[in-house]
Amino acid sequence: MRLSPCVTQRIAVTILWALAATTIAVLLFIVAFILTRGMPHLTLEFLTQSPRSMGREGGVLPMIVGTLWVAGLAVMIAAPVGVITAIYLTEYTREGRLTDVIRFGADCLAGIPSIIFGLFGFVFFVITLGMGFSVVSGALTLALMVLPTIIRTSEEAIRAVPRSYRDVSYGLGASRWDMVTKVVVRSALPGIGTGIVLSIGRCFSETAAVMLTAGSALRMPTSAFESTRTLALHFYILAREGISMPKAYATASVLILAILAINLCAYWVMRRFVAKVR
Amino acid sequence: MKWIVGLFLAVAAAMLCVSFCPWGRGGRGHAINCVGSTSVQPFAEMLSQEFDALHTGQMVDVQGGGSTAGLQAVAENIAEIGMCSRSLKDDEARKFTGIPVAMDGLAIVVHKSNIVNGLTLDQIRAVFRGTITNWRRVGGEDLPIRLITREEGSGTREAFFKLVMEAKDKHAATALAGAAGKKRAPIRIYRKAMTQESNGAVKELVKHDRGAIGYMSLGLVKGELKILAVDGVYPSLENVTGKRYPLMRPFLYVVKGKPSAGAQAFIDFTLSPAGQQLLVKEGLISVR
Amino acid sequence: MKEATKDTCISLILLAVAMSAIAGLAVIAAFIFREGLPIMFKVGVREFLFSSAWYPGEGRFGIFPMIIGSLAVTVGAMLIGGILGLGCAIVLTQFCPRRLADFLKPSIELLAGIPSVVYGFIGVVILVPLIAEYLGGPGLSVLASSVVLGVMVLPTVTSISIDAIQAVPRAYREGSIALGATQWQTTHMVILKAAWSGIIAAIILGMGRAVGETMAVIMVAGNTLDLPHSILDPVRTLTSNIALEMGYAAGDHRKALFATGVTLFVIIMALNILALMVSRRRARRVGA
Repeated sequence: MRLSPCVTQRIAVTILWALAATTIAVLLFIVAFILTRGMPHLTLEFLTQSPRSMGREGGVLPMIVGTLWVAGLAVMIAAPVGVITAIYLTEYTREGRLTDVIRFGADCLAGIPSIIFGLFGFVFFVITLGMGFSVVSGALTLALMVLPTIIRTSEEAIRAVPRSYRDVSYGLGASRWDMVTKVVVRSALPGIGTGIVLSIGRCFSETAAVMLTAGSALRMPTSAFESTRTLALHFYILAREGISMPKAYATASVLILAILAINLCAYWVMRRFVAKVR
Repeated sequence: MKWIVGLFLAVAAAMLCVSFCPWGRGGRGHAINCVGSTSVQPFAEMLSQEFDALHTGQMVDVQGGGSTAGLQAVAENIAEIGMCSRSLKDDEARKFTGIPVAMDGLAIVVHKSNIVNGLTLDQIRAVFRGTITNWRRVGGEDLPIRLITREEGSGTREAFFKLVMEAKDKHAATALAGAAGKKRAPIRIYRKAMTQESNGAVKELVKHDRGAIGYMSLGLVKGELKILAVDGVYPSLENVTGKRYPLMRPFLYVVKGKPSAGAQAFIDFTLSPAGQQLLVKEGLISVR
Repeated sequence: MKEATKDTCISLILLAVAMSAIAGLAVIAAFIFREGLPIMFKVGVREFLFSSAWYPGEGRFGIFPMIIGSLAVTVGAMLIGGILGLGCAIVLTQFCPRRLADFLKPSIELLAGIPSVVYGFIGVVILVPLIAEYLGGPGLSVLASSVVLGVMVLPTVTSISIDAIQAVPRAYREGSIALGATQWQTTHMVILKAAWSGIIAAIILGMGRAVGETMAVIMVAGNTLDLPHSILDPVRTLTSNIALEMGYAAGDHRKALFATGVTLFVIIMALNILALMVSRRRARRVGA
């Protein structure tokens, strides 16, 4: 039976819309599920107190601090190093076999499971270097994990800047460094920023890699060489062990809201930037 | 553009400063790390909270990971005290010192709706070896048995293995082996058993699965699951204190060499009457 | 300072930073291979990759069930994530009013930031009981893992597919409509064919993410040591194996976990090479 194009169109569109609607419904459901169960318990005390009785009572302040510290330190290390590496690879070297190999290597490492970075971090930072379970071990492990992503996204962003920008800069008498910082990087900033924001998000959500590098101490970390527990890990432990479902939902809500906030912020900043630069 | 970069640098500088200049109570090493058994963990947590309340200034951080992970952590100097929920093996006893702090029962747990009330040791062994696969064969409903086990490094698993899987068989085995002169095939837990990495995870799984059977620390069941009698003995408080319940294992604090002053203080507190009373209240047996 | 000298100085500083970054990453790869390869050869590559016996206590390291587990779960995830993601991408680019699409695309990308443990948790709380109730089995299964992973890779597949479809020159679409084709005919006969390589790349990258996922899978897969015989059977993946045993593994056992890491590394590298080859073909075709 041969259907007319109009009919196939209608069938296809219905199926496609069904698929898309399913996708969006599922994703919305996940957010709604967590937030509806978690928001009632997301009180000011929850955000400002320390946990008691293994997390059954109290709040998650040490976890918030721990997460910010580990993720912040990781990005502070990885972002500059990554962007500088990307600048070097695109502006200061010639395209060739070597850059291809480095690019492929970075792509591969960007896809390596986080647990492998965790295993490496555990054996290298925690044990061999003797840093123990600490914020520093966790941050260094995460920094290595997001470095390839930052390098690649920055590189793509810088390469997307039109050649004419560079030629015009040289024509106006700028030095290479001036051209790179004031023109190329500035135009590529939205792309670079997206990469960095994605990495911050990844650090926030990471559990496998911090489990055995930053440890899972419930106490407020007062130095970078102390063990700490991130929000994602706290959620995992609370939910898995059945310690306290309400607190687990509340912790997850904090996580989701934080990540949504970061992404929204970055998105908004980037849009403003793109508007300005263009 | 400039203000973003400026902000970034300011935050970066602040963070690096805070991270690497020791302030407050000082740099690393001032909190004792207590790592290991997920069975001991909740009790150690409680003890550490009480210990904090004594305001000695010494802090104790408790983490899980499993008994063997705890031993590893002590061996690699990541932790001062390892928590172990089984007795030390020979080669371990040479490297570490195990300090018993409590005795715990090993509970065989099933879903609350399960009609079976107890099993013999042989039956439990057969179930976990995979020779019995349906509850019908041990007096229950017609339901496939779902095995829940712990990871290999778990002290609870080791204790279970020693007390149940290798128990009677060992005598029969040595007799047979001696007679035949052959090496005995290794006893293994059934491959289809689902592995969970902590007591809490086992509890959650058994709580929601009608056909499940697992083993966990007696003190952590807290009435949420049905506990089976083993060889006719139900692990009530009298049976456990009276040593009639067959599945008992020690909780140990494991240290390497001489413990530091802080670690010793915590160990002493755990062994003190106050500490032991706390453990007894939570369902453990005191070592005094 | 002369311009040229200043430039050289800066070049050298940048070189130093870039080299240390690349060196750092190379060290990781080297470390993993150095720790993992020897044990693979000691146990025998065939035994390691194809034996179903994972008994670290006895020195047996066969990861075949985990390889099959990872494979099964990834294929399932890509079927779900691929179909849903592609459908979403097509709708958002071809059939959606512009304003709605501008709102939905960033929303989907925002949702890519939800932590994997949250996905896993919802899987455990909602999906696993549903599967156990209506389809049988313990609920912790290949199916549960595939669905959870599929939903997790959705945003990735959608975003990259959208980029691939939008990269098709407008002339293709306009030409097709001018020839009298309906929207759907244009879509599947012209645009999808042109964007196909990009879409394949999206699926391959999504696969990479699915293979590497750890936490969500540990929560819903059941972690048995056995080969799964149906999609309702529990399963253990390569990543879960590492995560479960990392804390307490020592000596050969730990090296075997690194060897599992090597296996994962090789799989990811193979997927990346595939994606690279596919996008090279695309560049050659569309570029003309």
